[in-house]
Amino acid sequence: MEQPVLKVESLTKIFTRKGRPDMKAVDHISFELMPGECLGLIGESGSGKTTAVNMITRLLDPTEGRILLDGDDITGISGRELRKVYAKMQMVFQTPAESFDPRRTLGDGIGESLRNNGWGRARTKMEVAELLERCGLSADFASRYPHQVSGGQCQRAAIARALAIKPKLLICDEATSALDVTIQKEIIALLNDLRWKLGGNLSILFICHDIALVQQFCDRVLVMYRGKIVEQGRPDDVIRNPQNDYTKRLIESIL
Amino acid sequence: MSEATVRIQKIRKDTVKTRLILFGTLAFLLLIGSVFSEHLTPCDPYLQDLTNAKAAPSAAHIFGTDRYGRDMLSRVIVGSRASIYSTLLLVAVITVVGTGIGVFCGWHGKWIDTVLMRISDMFLAFPGLVFALAVAGVLGGGLQNAIIALAAISWPKYARIARSQTLSQKETPYLKAARLSGSGTWKIIFKHILPNIMGPILVTSMLDIGTMMMELAGLSFLGLGAKPPIAEWGSMMSDTRSLITTVPWVTFAPGLAIFVSVMIFNLLGDTIRDYADPKNRGR
Ligand SMILES: Nc1ncnc2c1ncn2[C@@H]1O[C@H](COP(=O)(O)OP(=O)(O)OP(=O)(O)O)[C@@H](O)[C@H]1O
Ligand SMILES: [Mg+2]
Repeated sequence: MEQPVLKVESLTKIFTRKGRPDMKAVDHISFELMPGECLGLIGESGSGKTTAVNMITRLLDPTEGRILLDGDDITGISGRELRKVYAKMQMVFQTPAESFDPRRTLGDGIGESLRNNGWGRARTKMEVAELLERCGLSADFASRYPHQVSGGQCQRAAIARALAIKPKLLICDEATSALDVTIQKEIIALLNDLRWKLGGNLSILFICHDIALVQQFCDRVLVMYRGKIVEQGRPDDVIRNPQNDYTKRLIESIL
Repeated sequence: MSEATVRIQKIRKDTVKTRLILFGTLAFLLLIGSVFSEHLTPCDPYLQDLTNAKAAPSAAHIFGTDRYGRDMLSRVIVGSRASIYSTLLLVAVITVVGTGIGVFCGWHGKWIDTVLMRISDMFLAFPGLVFALAVAGVLGGGLQNAIIALAAISWPKYARIARSQTLSQKETPYLKAARLSGSGTWKIIFKHILPNIMGPILVTSMLDIGTMMMELAGLSFLGLGAKPPIAEWGSMMSDTRSLITTVPWVTFAPGLAIFVSVMIFNLLGDTIRDYADPKNRGR
C-alpha cells in the first residue's frame, strides 16, 4: 500500500475575535492525497479553502487536527525543521501579483528557495532562466519587477517559483481565477504538461471555483461548504450524481 | 484624467525635483563645510585678542568678535562641526535603534511587544524637551550626554512607525511566499521587510534633522550640552546672551547659523516627503 503524500486529519480553524462570535472557518476536514494524484478542492467563496491550505503550508496555526507530509507529522514543527519541509511542499498563491516582493525582481523571487538551499548565484540564475522558459516566459523576465508584467505572466512566474525546488506537493490556490479564459487554458496546459513529465513525483492540490475545469483536470474532487467537506469522489461521478444540496446547486448554476 | 490635471501633476513633479536638487545641494554643501570646517576659517577660532574684544562687524571680522576678541565667523564655521555632526549622529542613532525595536516588536508580537510599546508610550507621554532636560541634568553636561538624553526621548516615534509598518508587511502574500521559500527570520527582515518600510522612516528622520539640531542647540544653550571652549552654536549663543543689548552681533552670528541650517534641513525633509509621495510619481 502506497503512502499518501499528504494526509490531513480533522483539521480545524476557529477564528476568535473580540466582540464577535467564534468563526469556524474550517471544520474538521480530513483527506488524503496520493503520489501523482491531482485532487480538486471546490467550494463557494468564503467556504474556507484558503484557510485550509494556509494551515497545510503552516502559514497559519490550526486550532485542532494533524497534518502529515510523507508520513511525518508537521503540525507542531517550526524554524529549521519547517524550512526543510518547504523543499517538499510549495504553493501558488491566490493573488499572484502580490505574492512577489514589489522591490525585488521576479528572478530573485523564483531563485529564493534555491539560494536558501545552498545554491550558488550563477547556478541559480541558470536554473531560473530554465524554469521561466519551461513556464512559457522568456529568460529576461527574471530581471523584471512585479509591476512590469501582466497578471498572466506573473501567474506563470509564480508557478515557476513554486516548481523551482522540485516539490512533491504543489498547492494551487485558484491559480487561474484571476485570468481570462485563454490564459487560463494555457496555464492548465502547462500544469498538465508538468504532471505528465513528472508523473508520480508531483501531486497537486488544485483549488478552484470552476467545476468544469476540475472535471477536466483532476482525478478526484472535494467539495467544501461552510468549512466542511460535504462531498468527495471522482469529478464525473460528483457531477452526474451529486449527493449534497450545495453541490447540486453548484452544478445547476453552471449547466 | 483631464489634460489639465496631467499638466498640473507634471509641473508639481518638476518643481519637487528642482527643490530636491536645490536643497539637497545646500545640505550637501553644509555637510562638506562642516567636515572641512577647520580649513575654511579665516582666523583661528580659539585665538584670543583682548585688545580687539567686542569689535563690531568689519572687513576683517565679518561677524565681529566676542568678548575675548575671537573671530565670530571662524567660531561659527568651526561650530558647525559640533552642531551638524552631533545632530546627524543623533538622528542616525534614533533611526536605527527605533526601527530595530519597532521591527522586533511587530515581528515577534506577544508579551515582549506589549512591554516595549508600553515603555515607548511612557516616553511619548512626557513633553519631550522637559524630559530631555531631566535626563541631561541627571547625566551631567557634555555634548555626549545631551545626545543620549535626546535619543532617549526620540526613539519611540520611530519604533511606532516601524512596528505598524512591519505588522502590515507581515500580512502580505509576498512575505508568506518568502517563508514558503525557506527564508529564515533574519533574511525576511533584512531582505523583505526593511527595504519595504524604509521609505516613511527615512522621511521622518529627514524631517527630524532640523528639529533635533534645534533641540540640541537648546540643551547646549541651557548649559546641558557642549561645554566651552568648544564652539557649538547653542552654547555660543548662551555664552553671549548677556551682551545682546550692547554687542548684538555675537549672538546674532550663531543664531543665524542655526536658523539657516535648520531651515535647509527642514525644507529638504519636506521635499523628500513630497518626492516619496506616490501622487507625485509618474507611475
Ligand atoms: N484572519 C482571519 N480572521 C477572521 N476571519 C477570517 C480570517 N481569514 C479568513 N477568515 C474568514 O474565514 C472564512 C474562510 O475564508 P477563506 O479565505 O478560507 O475562503 P476561501 O474559500 O478561500 O474563499 P475565496 O474563494 O473567496 O478565496 C471567510 O468567511 C473569512 O471571512
Ligand atoms: Mg481563497
